[in-house]
Amino acid sequence: MSGDGAVVVAAVEAVADRIQAERDHLTDLDSAIGDADHGGNMARGWAEAAEAVADLADPDAQTAVKTAGKTVLSEVGGAAGPLYGGSLVFASQELEGGVTPETAVAFAETYLEKVQDRGDASVGAGTMVDALTPAVHTFKKSIETDELPPLEALTKAVAAAEAGVQFTVPIRASKGRASYLGWRSVGHQDPGATSTLYIMEELLAVAAGHLDSEVPDVDASSPTIPDAEAAEE
Amino acid sequence: MIVAMKKLINESDDVVDEMLDGMTAAYPDLRRLPDTQVLVRDDAPVAGKVGVVSGGGSGHEPTHGGYIGDGMLDGAAAGDVFSSPTADEFEALLDATDSGEGVLAVIKNYEGDVMNFETAIEMVEMEGTDVATVVVNDDVAVEDSLYTSGRRGVCGTILVHKAAGAKAAAGADLDEAQRVAQKVVDNTATMGMALTSCVTPEKGEATFDLPDDEIELGIGIHGEPGTERTDVMSADEITEELTEGVLDDLDLDEGQEVVTIVNGMGGTPLMELFVVNRKLQELIGDHGLETWDAWVGDYMTSLDMAGASITVCAVDDELKELLDAPADTPGLTVQ
Repeated sequence: MSGDGAVVVAAVEAVADRIQAERDHLTDLDSAIGDADHGGNMARGWAEAAEAVADLADPDAQTAVKTAGKTVLSEVGGAAGPLYGGSLVFASQELEGGVTPETAVAFAETYLEKVQDRGDASVGAGTMVDALTPAVHTFKKSIETDELPPLEALTKAVAAAEAGVQFTVPIRASKGRASYLGWRSVGHQDPGATSTLYIMEELLAVAAGHLDSEVPDVDASSPTIPDAEAAEE
Repeated sequence: MIVAMKKLINESDDVVDEMLDGMTAAYPDLRRLPDTQVLVRDDAPVAGKVGVVSGGGSGHEPTHGGYIGDGMLDGAAAGDVFSSPTADEFEALLDATDSGEGVLAVIKNYEGDVMNFETAIEMVEMEGTDVATVVVNDDVAVEDSLYTSGRRGVCGTILVHKAAGAKAAAGADLDEAQRVAQKVVDNTATMGMALTSCVTPEKGEATFDLPDDEIELGIGIHGEPGTERTDVMSADEITEELTEGVLDDLDLDEGQEVVTIVNGMGGTPLMELFVVNRKLQELIGDHGLETWDAWVGDYMTSLDMAGASITVCAVDDELKELLDAPADTPGLTVQ
């Protein structure tokens, strides 16, 4: 299983780098609807998580995911710590037997379930759930029903997450910090949905590298979505 | 104009850490768990007793750690100033206070507190610890605030600590401790006001701007603005605003016995709190209610904010017995 563990370590490091690179962008998104701490808190927490998993000696996937989750949980703090990190800790249980398409689906479903429960949010509330739900559902169907190769399934999932991020722009947030803005939340892209997409994109990139293949060109068949830049005005 | 305030602090990052060490130095019955911001009673976990714990941001002293001791809390996690403790801190708290009889977690209704406590609870439950929760939401001023979905948890939390702590000390099981805690929540309402904003160690300036001739009604305990800003009023007028808000919410029958709290926000002299209490008791009488006990003091503060909150809790024989039971803590002693 040490191969899986090494991939998880690489994925956590890639996520940390990506969040750091997007830190200011996430902060900007958050300052429009919240308290402008999402970029900073996430960057700090994931950087710590990358260090923590790098310190593990030949971890299995479950241990690496759990370690990353615990670190994010305690270092990010606030509501994001439990949502991003706590959910990882619980979902890591699904990886006990290593990473297979089946355990990956179970992992994704448990992660989504935990985020929904903790945040008491469902689709359409203008939160990270709007990115996560279509991604997880698409991944599950691609693996279980369509029997697609894992990389293709993950690629479709990322496309679905991206559509979900855009979906948060024109709707009124009813959960999370943005909901306090009421109608003023319309037109703002949710920072949590955005960082969720970044995490998934890095997972895909690392998985592609691990499987030593190109990210496949798939028909994401996204729903029609409004133009993000137009909506920001 | 906002001027950086003079403060008895060293580095703002060290305030909570140094405060906790100062508390354990003052109260040998408190013990700090290593590498955490968690305080527990020195003999925790108490064999055969249900644990009662709480926690939340710092800046509300004596809440939360000041209510640790016989008859109240077994431990409390301290977050940074006005920030929730992280889930691993709550986890350490729950681990250290479970004697095997389970732990009651008293949670004030703030998103961060609720999510971090719930995450910690799920983790310790996987290890076999029984945890029951009660979410306190006594603030009548707002339905949703900057920090919450639903009403905020404020000074009424002290009564929850007291009643649940007494029940646990009397040997009740986890369900019973939870039941009386919920009973307090269901019968308690609070409303607060500010004469001034407060100064957080990190910012060093007021968290909101309040002109000299105005006050804020409906404030919370994190230096967030209130629900209404008005011209300065007399103590009696302010007391009337707060009391009416609280009593409207509770809608009590005539003859009902109540406990009242006039709580200082940290920067208001006791003299003024007693002035408020005088009017409060008059109003309680006007409403046909009977005060069974009246508390006056700084129970749940907001750093150096000047102002007060008024809490009313309708009590029956069971709650009276629990609130009257002995408690020996830094912040509250009942003999």
